[in-house]
Amino acid sequence: MRTLEQTTDEILGLAATHFKVSPDELSPDDDFFKKLGIDSLQALELLTRLENHFQVELPDYEVQGVTDFRTLAERIQARL
Amino acid sequence: MLDLRPYDSLGAALRDALERWPYETCLIEADRERENCRLTYRQFKEAALPLASFLQAAGFQSGGRAAIIMTNQSKWLISAYAIFYAGGVLVPLDYKLTAPEHLQLLAHSQAEVLVTEYHLWRAMTQAEGFKDLKVKAALVTEAPANADLKGARRWEEANGGQEPEFVPRGRKDWACIVYSSGTGGRPKGCVLTHENYLEQCLALTSLYPFWPGVRYLSILPTNHAIDFMVGFIGPFTCGAAVVHLRTLRPEYVREAFPRFKITYVSLVPLIIKNLEKGLRTRFDELPRFKRLVFDRLVGVNRALTRKQPNLNLSRRLLKQVHEAFGGELRAIFTGGAFTDPATLQFFYDLGLQVSNGYGLTEAGTAVTLNDFKPFRADTVGRPLPGMEVKIVNPDADGIGQVAVRSQTVMSHYLDDPDLTAETVVNGWLMTGDLGRIDGLGHLQLFGRVKNMIVTEEGKNVYPEDIETAFEGLPVKEFCVFAANYIWPERSMLGEKLIIVLRLEEGQKFTEALHRELNDRNRRLLNFKRVSGYVIWPDGFPRTASLKIKRNVLAGEIRKRFDRQTAIKEL
Repeated sequence: MRTLEQTTDEILGLAATHFKVSPDELSPDDDFFKKLGIDSLQALELLTRLENHFQVELPDYEVQGVTDFRTLAERIQARL
Repeated sequence: MLDLRPYDSLGAALRDALERWPYETCLIEADRERENCRLTYRQFKEAALPLASFLQAAGFQSGGRAAIIMTNQSKWLISAYAIFYAGGVLVPLDYKLTAPEHLQLLAHSQAEVLVTEYHLWRAMTQAEGFKDLKVKAALVTEAPANADLKGARRWEEANGGQEPEFVPRGRKDWACIVYSSGTGGRPKGCVLTHENYLEQCLALTSLYPFWPGVRYLSILPTNHAIDFMVGFIGPFTCGAAVVHLRTLRPEYVREAFPRFKITYVSLVPLIIKNLEKGLRTRFDELPRFKRLVFDRLVGVNRALTRKQPNLNLSRRLLKQVHEAFGGELRAIFTGGAFTDPATLQFFYDLGLQVSNGYGLTEAGTAVTLNDFKPFRADTVGRPLPGMEVKIVNPDADGIGQVAVRSQTVMSHYLDDPDLTAETVVNGWLMTGDLGRIDGLGHLQLFGRVKNMIVTEEGKNVYPEDIETAFEGLPVKEFCVFAANYIWPERSMLGEKLIIVLRLEEGQKFTEALHRELNDRNRRLLNFKRVSGYVIWPDGFPRTASLKIKRNVLAGEIRKRFDRQTAIKEL
């Protein structure tokens, strides 16, 4: 079972790969909309990638209003 | 379709529709690859009547108000019909609002009944204002088996035990209270009558008819005026079907078109742009020769459909593109926000009609819509049947405020006679949008008179509503504006919010203040965030009751600063 820190790190790594930025540029408290310059649809695409990676299903409402990696990691961790 | 003219209420029209097409499919609900349910009109009725019976047993009476806060799903429409059947006034609220905002609007609307989803209810029960919630009954869908429902009842088990009585309503009676904004400031509850909806439905279906077998993909929230009309009332009064998706991930939305053979869909500009991007990527991946042939076919289609669309021809010429959309798609509706004419042209050249329109909740739904006679990418179309549109105080270029008069214009704003009087003047709805009517009767939009923005996701954002997020900011005073309100631009582009700050005597704009602004901004939903700030050196002009005179302040800022140098990025 992953720890929350591991989950967060993996999310940061996947987000960096997906949006082609260096993982060093991202940190857990970053607002991913702002930091990655993405819109809500791109955020949903990332979510699907995370679902596939972690093998979980996150209903859209679970991530409604979530804008930072840490909270996203907590929501995913709760379903692992 | 039903002839809606003799009907007095949505409830009566829907009731007859359920009898008229008992074996037609009316609802399909899917979640990812799974199909959750598929209902015929008869099954829909059988699901709704126990709910109407429950409402009546709970003391809900004619004219009572019942709120729905749900994502797009079959139970939304079933609940709405049950409310209308019981003679109720529906209060559809945006599920994307926060729990405190839900509680605020529930209080403002004086809803007696609430129908909501478990996760939304749970959030409300944890919010500070929950103890003040005054509803006679709350119904919660999809609650886990052991969940503590805090006094709510399970939607799935709701039944009054008796045959419900259909409660007739008149054309001028209230059908819905729809909030166009106002969660943080002054709630704007548009009171729309049964007549408003029946007339809007007549107008829309005269241009874009539904019939049994038509499938509408419901993506915009159903509380939104457009989806309520074209994702519920329109298809249901014509025997057509509505498809709901429980997830709006782009890949599932794309798959839904071929999977459910979608006929119509309404999309916000952001999703349309995303579709365009996806298609362009696929076209770019074609081998060179195939790409050449494809471009040639697009050129032929463009030439042959210049004067009017020819769907059958386009479907034959560009078979693969149309098949990717299921092969049955007739039109994509969009409106409310700015859609790039180049995007509209891109789809039209492929034989996919994106019907750009203009509307606002206060006017029912749509006021104008592109009728493709011929296609115009640069306008929001002509007024729908029954709509009068005029330009008030036009300037030398014919540009002025758009005003609308029709039987679809709302009755009033709930409990706000002053705002109603400002907005509906001698029967004309003053829209606050700037436009011009060209020689062919098409409406072109050029910006806004009012202090608000519409995002690419189709969200109306009023600056007053988000100021609460900045309350307590360590500055002398502040005010949020739409940048285009201070510096009017003849464009629907570049709409953004800015915060105007007046610092204390001797105060500097420090890194700490910058950080606090950003922290507070982050607590807002991303589409509500301010993107820049302006430091203003003088006191804000205020009324006797100390309210900021926004128009005066905007004028002073405009006089002294230019947009480019005044706005600093946050």
